[in-house]
Amino acid sequence: MTQITLNTLSSEIKDMDAAYSVAGGDSAVLHDHELASLVISGNKVLNANGIKGIVLETKETEHGVDVKMIIKKGYKIPLPVHLCFGLIPQDGLQEIGMNFVAEEDSAVELVAHCTFPNAVKIIHRMEAQMHVGKNALLKYTETHFHGPHGGAQVIPKARVKIEEGGRYYNNFSLVSGRVGSLEFDYDVDAEKDSICEMVTKVYGKKDDKIRIMEKVSLNGENARSVIKSRLAITENAESEFRGITEGHAPRSRGHVDCLEVIQGNAKAEAVPIVRVDNPLAKVTHEAAIGCVDKKEVETLMARGLEEDEAIDIIVKGMLA
Amino acid sequence: MLSRDGKKILRGVNLEVGDREIHSIIGANGAGKSTLAYTLMGLQGYEHEEGSLIFNGEDISKLSITERARKGITLAWQEPARFEGLKVRDYLAIGAKDNGGATEEELKEALRKVDLKPEKYLDREVGETLSGGERKRIELASIITMKPKLAILDEPDSGIDVVSLKEIVNLIQTFKENGSSVLVITHRKEIAAASDKASLMCEGVILRSGDPLEISEFFKNRCIPCDSRVSPPKAA
Ligand SMILES: Nc1ncnc2c1ncn2[C@@H]1O[C@H](COP(=O)(O)OP(=O)(O)OP(=O)(O)O)[C@@H](O)[C@H]1O
Ligand SMILES: [Mg+2]
Repeated sequence: MTQITLNTLSSEIKDMDAAYSVAGGDSAVLHDHELASLVISGNKVLNANGIKGIVLETKETEHGVDVKMIIKKGYKIPLPVHLCFGLIPQDGLQEIGMNFVAEEDSAVELVAHCTFPNAVKIIHRMEAQMHVGKNALLKYTETHFHGPHGGAQVIPKARVKIEEGGRYYNNFSLVSGRVGSLEFDYDVDAEKDSICEMVTKVYGKKDDKIRIMEKVSLNGENARSVIKSRLAITENAESEFRGITEGHAPRSRGHVDCLEVIQGNAKAEAVPIVRVDNPLAKVTHEAAIGCVDKKEVETLMARGLEEDEAIDIIVKGMLA
Repeated sequence: MLSRDGKKILRGVNLEVGDREIHSIIGANGAGKSTLAYTLMGLQGYEHEEGSLIFNGEDISKLSITERARKGITLAWQEPARFEGLKVRDYLAIGAKDNGGATEEELKEALRKVDLKPEKYLDREVGETLSGGERKRIELASIITMKPKLAILDEPDSGIDVVSLKEIVNLIQTFKENGSSVLVITHRKEIAAASDKASLMCEGVILRSGDPLEISEFFKNRCIPCDSRVSPPKAA
């Protein structure tokens, strides 16, 4: 069992616990030594707890931390691994380098919370290389909380490779508080018989700017993918969605699905792109941008809610 | 009075629903029954144009949907909304919000009243996975928790299987027992028969009101199709 605990400045741990909680996490899991976890505040590793089957290495850099995580061959990690990245101050820069490998036949679920509860001028960059080995499974759930001020600029970038028979499920959600500026950029290569599912849910308000770029290349025979995006934007927020799926191999199947609701002066653009250069591949898409369903709003108003309360409930349901 | 593209959809509606009265509205497809329900609820595009709309002595014709709902008026649609992602539990609780919220037991009881097993439905989503009939019952349940003074039910029987029709009739009676008045639009004799009073609607006009069985018979024998057997009433 590898167990390292570094830089345990207790007040900082408390602050991160609180920040983790406001982002929707249960901070007790970060202190349970039976569970693998990693907590990074700014460029400090507050807690790095690997368990059997997981190799976890961290290196503090000037503005962040480089993380290397390997799920060893054949290990199926029974409980989720909890990750928390954050910055407590109002301003600052955090750069996370993530090198993740799920070796052949391994399985793991990563539950990440990224929290910047006081952000006024914060930049958070994540550069991730994810490797999902042959027949391996990676579930990655990432919940963000950027505080109420709209002062976060968050730039997650990932290059993902799914080997033959591998499965990769990514779930990104940023639905409470402000977004600030989000530039989400994921690029996935899917080999033979692999599965890739990416879901993003974002709620933008005031002058939030949301940019989502997701690309899947179905390189191997029978590779399958779904890109699903649910966006709600209101007031003066702007969103731009690009979901690209390329079908290069026989019997590869892909689908891009974007549903957006807009209110106020918000502006949305959704571009699903499908490219197919193999006649036996099939890639489909649907995109819809519209206002909140009138019947749903009126039903809730007929139960006594104000119009904006009704809209809020409907939008939160869509993003749940 | 309500017009669309210059055509008057509701032309002469003279209707009174008494305290704790079950009042059914019957009439042919396209007669204007749903339009009447929407106008009473004050939905957008169905604003009251002329005449008065009095609820418990107060003119409510200029009030918003929310204001009418807070006075105790509510509506169940002929085709309920879908609500992607909304949990049944949360939907049912909404109506009770202004009465201090609903207990877990009250939510379960509301589902039992519409013949749905609480343990099976409480944590499901209203939208995607439910059938049309199930969604309809859940909508009725969402009204039960609201304890309305006037429940407007637009064809609560449509999409409901015959076995459950009896439950719907019971439900309407429960509303009455709990102090609500019910205005129910229906094509079913069983529901009309359980009413205290009925009104017949034809081409935007309430032709006559009275004993439910008499009104049903009149409609069945002389009024179908509406425009050929009964000379169209003059615009009010
Ligand atoms: N938004 C609208 N714009 C134009 N015409 C409308 C609109 N809504 C309803 N109508 C018309 O008004 C008439 C009455 O419609 P309504 O839906 O009220 O009928 P109904 O009595 O409820 O019929 P059913 O038994 O089929 O439910 C119909 O002729 C319909 O085509
Ligand atoms: Mg109707």
